[in-house]
Amino acid sequence: MQNGTVICNGKEIVSADNEQGFSEFAKRVYKNQQWEYPKFFKMDRLSKLTFLTAEILLKELTISSEVKEQLAVVLSNKSASLDTDRKYQDSINSIENFYPSPAVFVYTLPNIGMGEVCIRHKIQGENAFFVFDDFNPLFLKHYAESLAQNNKATQVLCGWTEIDEKGYNSFLYLASPNGTLPHTEETIKKLYTQS
Amino acid sequence: MENPIYIQEPSLITPLGFSVSENVSAIEKEQSGIHEQHQKDILDTPFYAAMIASEKIDAAFKKLGNPSRFMKLEKIMLLSVAETLEKSKLHISEKTALIIATTKGSIDALDPDNSFSGERAYLPVLGKKIQSFFGFKQEPIVVSNACVSGILAVAVAKRLIQNNVYENAVVVAGDLVSKFTVTGFNTFQALSDGPCKPYSKYRNGISIGEAAASVVVSSERNKYTAIEVLGDGSCNDANHISGPSRTGEGLLKSVQSAMQEAVISATDIDLISAHGTATIYNDEMEAIAFNRANLQQVPLHSLKGYYGHTLGASGLVEAIIGFESMNQNKLFTSLGYDESGISKPLKIIQKVEKKTINTFLKTASGFGGSNAAVLFKKVAFEH
Repeated sequence: MQNGTVICNGKEIVSADNEQGFSEFAKRVYKNQQWEYPKFFKMDRLSKLTFLTAEILLKELTISSEVKEQLAVVLSNKSASLDTDRKYQDSINSIENFYPSPAVFVYTLPNIGMGEVCIRHKIQGENAFFVFDDFNPLFLKHYAESLAQNNKATQVLCGWTEIDEKGYNSFLYLASPNGTLPHTEETIKKLYTQS
Repeated sequence: MENPIYIQEPSLITPLGFSVSENVSAIEKEQSGIHEQHQKDILDTPFYAAMIASEKIDAAFKKLGNPSRFMKLEKIMLLSVAETLEKSKLHISEKTALIIATTKGSIDALDPDNSFSGERAYLPVLGKKIQSFFGFKQEPIVVSNACVSGILAVAVAKRLIQNNVYENAVVVAGDLVSKFTVTGFNTFQALSDGPCKPYSKYRNGISIGEAAASVVVSSERNKYTAIEVLGDGSCNDANHISGPSRTGEGLLKSVQSAMQEAVISATDIDLISAHGTATIYNDEMEAIAFNRANLQQVPLHSLKGYYGHTLGASGLVEAIIGFESMNQNKLFTSLGYDESGISKPLKIIQKVEKKTINTFLKTASGFGGSNAAVLFKKVAFEH
């Protein structure tokens, strides 16, 4: 998901006006899907981005609930949860205008969106959230393969979900022994740049 | 059998002291680092937290650089890494990873009253500060996975080294007590009105703390006795984003995953250092998970009564005390515990006691349904 467009497996699923802000766009992507999940509206922006991207990808894949339960999730971004951190910080800056809310505070962690995806799909496998200056395909490859080598997972949902003042972009893929493309840095990078 | 991975040269920067020995000696005397704080820049009412005096940090930091140029979290993390590097004499090569675990990083940089730029709140910026200070050659790997970050980072290091991505890693974990976190936990009405009391019937919430800790994780060992990382697991509850699972599912799965990898059974474990935040939900969830794993007879403590909840640092800080338990064959008291406030039995350590400890389990759980478990073993080699 990036610049008002959702692409899955090379197919454009949603395309909106580039000028549209993220929240409007997220609502549009949500409405475009054939499901309802009222909890979605409670989520912060990073969680919405993570959730929608995972939702679209997991719908595309035919994996059983048994496999899903053991799925590992390895996500990353640059800004962690700073998008919501700033919102929370604004609520505590002055004594005159002091309105901190637990519903905002709970989202001031980058791994919460991953938790939302796990709840939605009953995923109880390995979880980790990493932060890098830029998209890091080599690390995703190394860590996902380490999980497989150490018998911690057979399939790994990997990716990047970033939202900040400057914009948003997300990219998820499934690393699996049943995949059709080699799990190399080049392939991951290519898929990321194409999407 | 995978290549064995070892822990070397832990260091601690905490309210209980700036060396592992000072920390252990305070814990042995059951001294808590949690005190009543009157800091109106954090909360307008007094609150209980374990904090490190800025003057003490700055005095220690002078040997490394100009204290006014670094933020508080940067300074305690740099102090910690400096000590670990100095003691381990680690040669930083292309195959050395720098792994940084933190929940909130320098979140105080967002505060308009803070003189540092808001950029400093970005975790890659914190990472680069540490990287360039010591000349690490690889881009830092930041683990930010709520309160399991510190112990998960040890598992991440072990996994990457076992798979030949790196030869060794410096793992550093740190978090601060800030206006951000204190007001946040306060909105949950989760803050205790005294030092927290994990697993006690009389507990009423958490105390927050701040600390930094580091270790070297390596395929090499440099001593006649060493601590080996035997197995690990980090599984999601898939239940609720801020409440722990009622069945302890994710924690149980994490412990089972670590035990399976280590090829050990429940009776082989000599000590558990649990998460024990002193919230009813967390403590109860752990009691259920440890009973389901058949670990209710294993001596267990939470160190939150000494350090408070140091968030992303807690897993590593508390693991390091566990290493000292193994080195000294000594069980340390679970401070604040008196009468049981959990529905399932746990063998909570109530006084300092000598006991042979060869295998040690560290666990943590956090928001987002996250859990982590890492098993360690003391190994002796012939001279």
